[in-house]
Amino acid sequence: MKSDKIAAIVGVAESDIGKTPGKNVLQLQAQAAKLALEDAGLTKNDIDAVFTAGNWAWAPNLMLAEYLGIQPKYTDSTNIGGSSFEAHVGHAAAGIEAGLFEVALITYGSTNRTNPSNSIFKSPLTAQYEIPYGLPTPVGAYALAAMRHMHQYGTTSEQLAEIAVATRKWAVLNEKAYMKEEICIEDVLNSRKIAEPLHLLDCCLVSDGGGAVIIASKNVANRLNKKPVWIIGHGESHSHNTITNMPDLTITSAKESGKRALEMAGISHEEIDVAEIYDSFTITVLLTLESLGFCKPGEGGAFVSGGRTAPGGDFPMNTNGGGLSYCHPGMYGIFLLIEAARQLRGECSSRQVENAKIALVHGTGGVLSSTSTVILGGD
Amino acid sequence: MIKDLIQSAIDEESKPYWDGLKEGKLFIQYCGGCHQSIFYPRSICPHCFSEEISWQESSGTGKIYSFTIVHQAFGPFKGDTPFVIGIIELDEGVRMMTRIIGDKEEIAIDKRVSVVFSMVESDLVLPYFEVV
Repeated sequence: MKSDKIAAIVGVAESDIGKTPGKNVLQLQAQAAKLALEDAGLTKNDIDAVFTAGNWAWAPNLMLAEYLGIQPKYTDSTNIGGSSFEAHVGHAAAGIEAGLFEVALITYGSTNRTNPSNSIFKSPLTAQYEIPYGLPTPVGAYALAAMRHMHQYGTTSEQLAEIAVATRKWAVLNEKAYMKEEICIEDVLNSRKIAEPLHLLDCCLVSDGGGAVIIASKNVANRLNKKPVWIIGHGESHSHNTITNMPDLTITSAKESGKRALEMAGISHEEIDVAEIYDSFTITVLLTLESLGFCKPGEGGAFVSGGRTAPGGDFPMNTNGGGLSYCHPGMYGIFLLIEAARQLRGECSSRQVENAKIALVHGTGGVLSSTSTVILGGD
Repeated sequence: MIKDLIQSAIDEESKPYWDGLKEGKLFIQYCGGCHQSIFYPRSICPHCFSEEISWQESSGTGKIYSFTIVHQAFGPFKGDTPFVIGIIELDEGVRMMTRIIGDKEEIAIDKRVSVVFSMVESDLVLPYFEVV
């Protein structure tokens, strides 16, 4: 590990998740923010930077900060889809390193299940060349990538199903998970087809939920009660917006963001104890593992086979049950960070990865469009 | 109506493309700066940033880069399932999304396809493709 200890995750929390009828996105974020501050041992007045991403307001930071009664000296509403929150962590660490602020609040909230919001945008602009064909998004875009990967490398639906099955096994161990009934590969293959080759159980849940992460400078982190979770590497990138314009349907920009994050941390793949990898769909995980360099292009199917990523496997991944089985309110990235921090603090009881010291957190946003990778190290 | 979903986006930049389809022509763009084709239409070349861009009629032929058979669709497309969406690589080197029509058993990645101008609504012609 070559990175200095400059900034750390010091508090994490979910709001109510799953189905939250009657709650709006601001309530969920306020609830998560309060719990995360309690987790950190800080108060609202300690926050001097605000980060959020959402499409529930034209300027989400303004609405959220006003609701919470915060006047920040630093604000960032980077929205690159589900990976926004990993990007926020990187930006917060950079801001702290530059001496711009001491404590950052990152939040997310969504009522995607009980009160889904339609697009707030008046014109589809460059999406006009895709919309008239009726591709269901995002699932159809991921299906196009899966079909191409199968064609190029012989990847099978069984191999994709391995990811869903292993992830469900983790969910069984997490009391907060939405889906806790064990499934087998046949269950995935027999679930209804959504967009071939993807089946229903290749797809993430549609949930409500929010989360919050508190980032603090070394000075602040070292005087708190809980052990800091150091941000030791970060990288981000995006390669396209519309799936038609993805340069190669089998390679995501994880290839760039992951490389930079690992280099910054001075960490090799073998040193990672636990991986929290965005799993909007099973194919998202498979492409990400390859693009991050855990295996060669085309070897992702073999890599995940045999329950390797399940509890007891040698590559513990998505230990909260993932977007596939725990919770997925549309932009899932903040939940990856929450779980990684808890793993590195050793707070995960029956699903705890033994001796977890280094975690890789990887968000994917849009239609395989954006990626952001964070490497976290325990104290 | 499908047209309603995109009407607000049809402007000076994209209108020649949509108008061309109604005349049975598939227009893409060509950059005089770096001599590469461009799709979707833009005011500047995404390869070299040249503004020396002209319209070019595509051959309308290419091959399938990927496809999916859609079983769950939304809005005006709900009743169309199952249908096939493809990404086509045109012979000019650009990719575009489309519907692939015809016998589903015949559809496979890398197969050659050609354009079929399909009037899906009275005021909307789309460049669908079929396996040749």
